[in-house]
Amino acid sequence: MDRSLVIGALIFACLLAMPVLLPLVGAEYLTGLLIKAMLLAIAAISLDLIIGHGGMVSLGHAAFIGVGAYAAAIGLESGIENILVLLLLTLVVTGGIALITGALALRTTGVYFLMITLAFGQMIYFTLTSLAAYGGDDGLTLWSLATFFGSDIVQNRGGLYFVILAVLFLSWFGVYRISQSRFGRVLRAARDNPQRAEVMGYPIARYQLIAYVIAALIAGISGLLLVQHAEFVSPSIAAWQRSGDLIVAVVLGGLGTRNGALLGAFFIVIVEELLSSVIHEWRLIYGPLLVLLVLYAKGGLNDLLTPAAQKGR
Amino acid sequence: MSLTLFLILCLNGLQYGLLLFLIAAGLTLVFGVMGFINLAHGVQYMVGAYLIFAFTGLTGHFGLALVLSLVTALLIGLLLEYVVFRHLYDRTHLDQVLATFGIIIFLNELAKVLFGPTTLSIATPEFLSGSIQLTEQLRYPVYRLVTIGVGLVVAAGLFLTISYTRTGMLIRAGSTTPEMVAALGVNIKQLFRIVFGVGAMLAGFAGVIAAPIFAIEPGMGDNILIVAFVVIIIGGVGSIGGAFVAAILVGLIDTLGRSLATELLSFVFNPSMANQIGPALASMLIYILMAAILVIRPKGLLPAKGVH
Repeated sequence: MDRSLVIGALIFACLLAMPVLLPLVGAEYLTGLLIKAMLLAIAAISLDLIIGHGGMVSLGHAAFIGVGAYAAAIGLESGIENILVLLLLTLVVTGGIALITGALALRTTGVYFLMITLAFGQMIYFTLTSLAAYGGDDGLTLWSLATFFGSDIVQNRGGLYFVILAVLFLSWFGVYRISQSRFGRVLRAARDNPQRAEVMGYPIARYQLIAYVIAALIAGISGLLLVQHAEFVSPSIAAWQRSGDLIVAVVLGGLGTRNGALLGAFFIVIVEELLSSVIHEWRLIYGPLLVLLVLYAKGGLNDLLTPAAQKGR
Repeated sequence: MSLTLFLILCLNGLQYGLLLFLIAAGLTLVFGVMGFINLAHGVQYMVGAYLIFAFTGLTGHFGLALVLSLVTALLIGLLLEYVVFRHLYDRTHLDQVLATFGIIIFLNELAKVLFGPTTLSIATPEFLSGSIQLTEQLRYPVYRLVTIGVGLVVAAGLFLTISYTRTGMLIRAGSTTPEMVAALGVNIKQLFRIVFGVGAMLAGFAGVIAAPIFAIEPGMGDNILIVAFVVIIIGGVGSIGGAFVAAILVGLIDTLGRSLATELLSFVFNPSMANQIGPALASMLIYILMAAILVIRPKGLLPAKGVH
């Protein structure tokens, strides 16, 4: 039996049961924390497709969360109420921007790619802060939220928790399926030996660009859901530190593994919550903790949960 | 727009460009020689600014504080190298990014704890305050002129060191084939340490001279780090000459763009439209420049030879 599948199934079973269990112990306030972790996990899973499988280290991925969130928020402000229309809008805008920046960034590899995605991410961030009509630096509070054909199931008082959980499940399942498909194998071949993959006749740049756009689309959806949950949007969600957090989640969880990004995202949110409840200046501990984890825990969290025989999944 | 304003903007742009060069130089050398991507380089800039703030407060003398700040910045750089970075040289770029990201989080928070979250400022040193008459209508602050001069001197010194001294020769050789240099009996780790320390000190120096001009605040190094990355991409990784040309280019375009974009756009669009697009476009200009240069020359304007 594949242990990573069992662990994944357990995580999702727990998440499904939480809205019932938490009120029993009087801890409903943790729902917000779980939603925060799930939204981070969706974006981290998408980032793992390009970092873990594609070997493209992007340090600007949070910008796509921002683009998705702002596309949705601006749509809402212009009177679009239907979440499906907003979803379409989010996908078109995020996909378009990812296609352009991806095509340019993929002219380079390695550390150049990292710097360029960082620069493009920062460009998007500054563009968002200069949207004076939509709150600029301070962000925008949304007074009306999206509905699903008039039903509030996609809002906090409805079933937004389960909608986000469903999207998380689809991303987790979808990215795993992609990584196991022929497309995923070409992506890994391009990561491990680009020349050989090229010689075998695969247009690797095209594969990488498609992966980059898919990852951006998923991140954009998490931005849309973030707007629905927070009922507020500000450029800070696209700041480069958020991209750093996503990389932390992916690497700490375990690169290119089924549950890595999921575990990493929950780990970060839980550690942040625990540390900040102990000490206000929790970053003084979190920063060195990251350094120590990099230096001494190489395979990520997924490694600790996987028997040696199944390593590398 | 008057010619005077244009000249002032050009001088400001030149000054910003030289500041960027001081930061980008260390970053590009460290990457070129060691293949090490150091996100925490921008933090050294912040450290420099806080050090000069603390030491001018303690000593009350800018010159003395300057020397103390540079020495301390060097020591902090070497300490970080000893404690963390030297363990990362043969790791993947991803590990390097992660660990240096952790250091940024730590030092930004430390600055907040020690000096408070609000912005601080220090006065321009007495003997450099005031302004001088450049042309009939143009007065320019002495301090800014001096920083331009100092920036140019440091740039020239760096260029001469890299091109004509033995250490510079070893640095160039080390960036192409570190194994061969080590095999010839050169202590490559020592060389790394020198490059790293000097890079950290240069970034700290940039922070010191920026302190009287810009606000001192936690996280001030993060944004300038990203602009330094843009400079390196435009100039070509590992190339000091490229970093210099690109830094001046970026400094000028950014400064001119921010002041002139709205005005230029109002020729094409109506004023309210121009007011909306102008600032957004201005902040995007350097990234557009970067994208354009990437399309034409993916390796940058003046790429270093043989960089991995």
